[in-house]
Amino acid sequence: MSKLRDWLIAGGVLLAGRRPPRPRPTSRRIVEARDPNTGSELLATVLFLGAAACALAFPFLYAFDVPALTQLLGLSLGLACMLLAAGLVVVGKRVVVTEELEEPYPPPARVWEQEEVVQIVEESTDSISRKRFLVVAGGAAVGSLGIALITPAASLGPVLDMDPFFRTTWKRGRRLVDEHGKPFRAEAIEQQVFYTAYPEHGDREEIGAPLIVVRLEPAELQLPAERKDWAPEGIVAYSKICTHAGCAVSEYRVPTFAPVEPKPALVCPCHYSTFDPAAAGHVLFGPAGRPLPQLPLQIDAAGHLRAGGNFSGAVGPSWWGVRNRKAKP
Amino acid sequence: MRRAALILALLALAPQASAQPPQGAALYAEDCVKCHGAKGVGVPGVGPPLRGVGAGTADFYLRTGYMPLGSPHEQPYRKRVLFDERQIVSLVRYVASFGSGPPIPQPHPEHGNVAEGLHLFTEHCAGCHQVVARGGVVTGARVPPLTRASPVEIAEAVRAGPYVMPAFTKSALSDAQLDSIIRYVEYAKHPSNVGGWGIGFVGPVPEGMVTWLIAAVALVAICTAIGRRVSG
Repeated sequence: MSKLRDWLIAGGVLLAGRRPPRPRPTSRRIVEARDPNTGSELLATVLFLGAAACALAFPFLYAFDVPALTQLLGLSLGLACMLLAAGLVVVGKRVVVTEELEEPYPPPARVWEQEEVVQIVEESTDSISRKRFLVVAGGAAVGSLGIALITPAASLGPVLDMDPFFRTTWKRGRRLVDEHGKPFRAEAIEQQVFYTAYPEHGDREEIGAPLIVVRLEPAELQLPAERKDWAPEGIVAYSKICTHAGCAVSEYRVPTFAPVEPKPALVCPCHYSTFDPAAAGHVLFGPAGRPLPQLPLQIDAAGHLRAGGNFSGAVGPSWWGVRNRKAKP
Repeated sequence: MRRAALILALLALAPQASAQPPQGAALYAEDCVKCHGAKGVGVPGVGPPLRGVGAGTADFYLRTGYMPLGSPHEQPYRKRVLFDERQIVSLVRYVASFGSGPPIPQPHPEHGNVAEGLHLFTEHCAGCHQVVARGGVVTGARVPPLTRASPVEIAEAVRAGPYVMPAFTKSALSDAQLDSIIRYVEYAKHPSNVGGWGIGFVGPVPEGMVTWLIAAVALVAICTAIGRRVSG
């Protein structure tokens, strides 16, 4: 904390402190001296400060998380960029003396010519009466735009507590229900059809809640050995949330006549990640980097489908370290 | 006078024409048997058996021009129908006689509810067909638009699941729900347009492209305004 205060003080001193003017190497001017264009300077400063104000409005609007404010969020960023651009245009066209040179670069041996260029650059801004103020305003615009741009990172979530990402309501014995809360019976799950299931008495809005359930020919299944009894009667259940960007996997490609048609697949309509329901959700195509998490299933004495445990892996879109963790009840 | 006589003569002939023996078997032998086998037993690796597919499925494949197919490995898509109405009816009757299967469904979209239809369509169909029912893709196959699908064809396709489309049984989607879905698809063919530019009603991609084009033109205009052309 004290280090931060030191930095702030140092920054303030640097910003406010006066610097002795650098001695000019020669007294002869190259760029003609001219009167300061105070009107344009003022305009540029106002534009920069406006940009800074708009950019600073962004974090404030972001903090008041009201859905109707999304347009204002866009407006504040857009205005900040526009005003910054306008300020730079004014500085470039009106405040700094511009000159076009179409000469080839001189060989580096002639040092005096380079010094001359430095002198030109410095003298070009001589006529600015409030140079420091203008620089501070421009810096404020760029700085606050930077702050506005990194503000959404706050929505990336808790930095240290990642447990909520791995928690799902699924646990051994929980029944699968349809969208009206009616439990699924195993015999009602037919081939060629896909079903969306939710946990009984569970929060459906939770990312780990929705499942996609299909029935395949048991002989076609290629599940790893430890998942041998995860698919009773060939019924398999996977998380409905794509492991790429978190869209709902809502396309079920299922051939009518297998020999001449593509094999069964679960497809996400957002970026066409394609998963193999017969082979533990293995990625067949598309940008997804890991298989769909599979939920072990059981059929109870009454013929209802129940979860046999939790998912095979973390549910939802992928990010760093996601493969190292498991879904938790 | 002469025309009336001609019409009368035709009317007199009509019952005789319909009394002819069904041409289904002959048409089947001509256009279907190569891939589906005699009596619909199927040909392994080429065409599926047709026993028990029912009249609904056969009616769908014939009415949409999905069948006959040029090659068994191509995806069937809507094309010119090779048979006339009478040929379709007799061929469907012949295919349905191979084994008991579901009949041609008789949907009543007028009993359906557009709002419920939109909800159900979003849940069950929009993943592939898009919420505007203009079609799209699933990896490995194209998804047809529904702009030319009749209510009966929609009902047949939903129950049969043609090509790689999943089927929806009555327990997954009741007949009343199907009516609502068809009502919505009928609505989506001519969505109420309150103004603006629909751009084919196919969603955010063309809208985004139009926006980008406008933005690009605006940016070029700004560049021209603040820049200067350097000659040479």
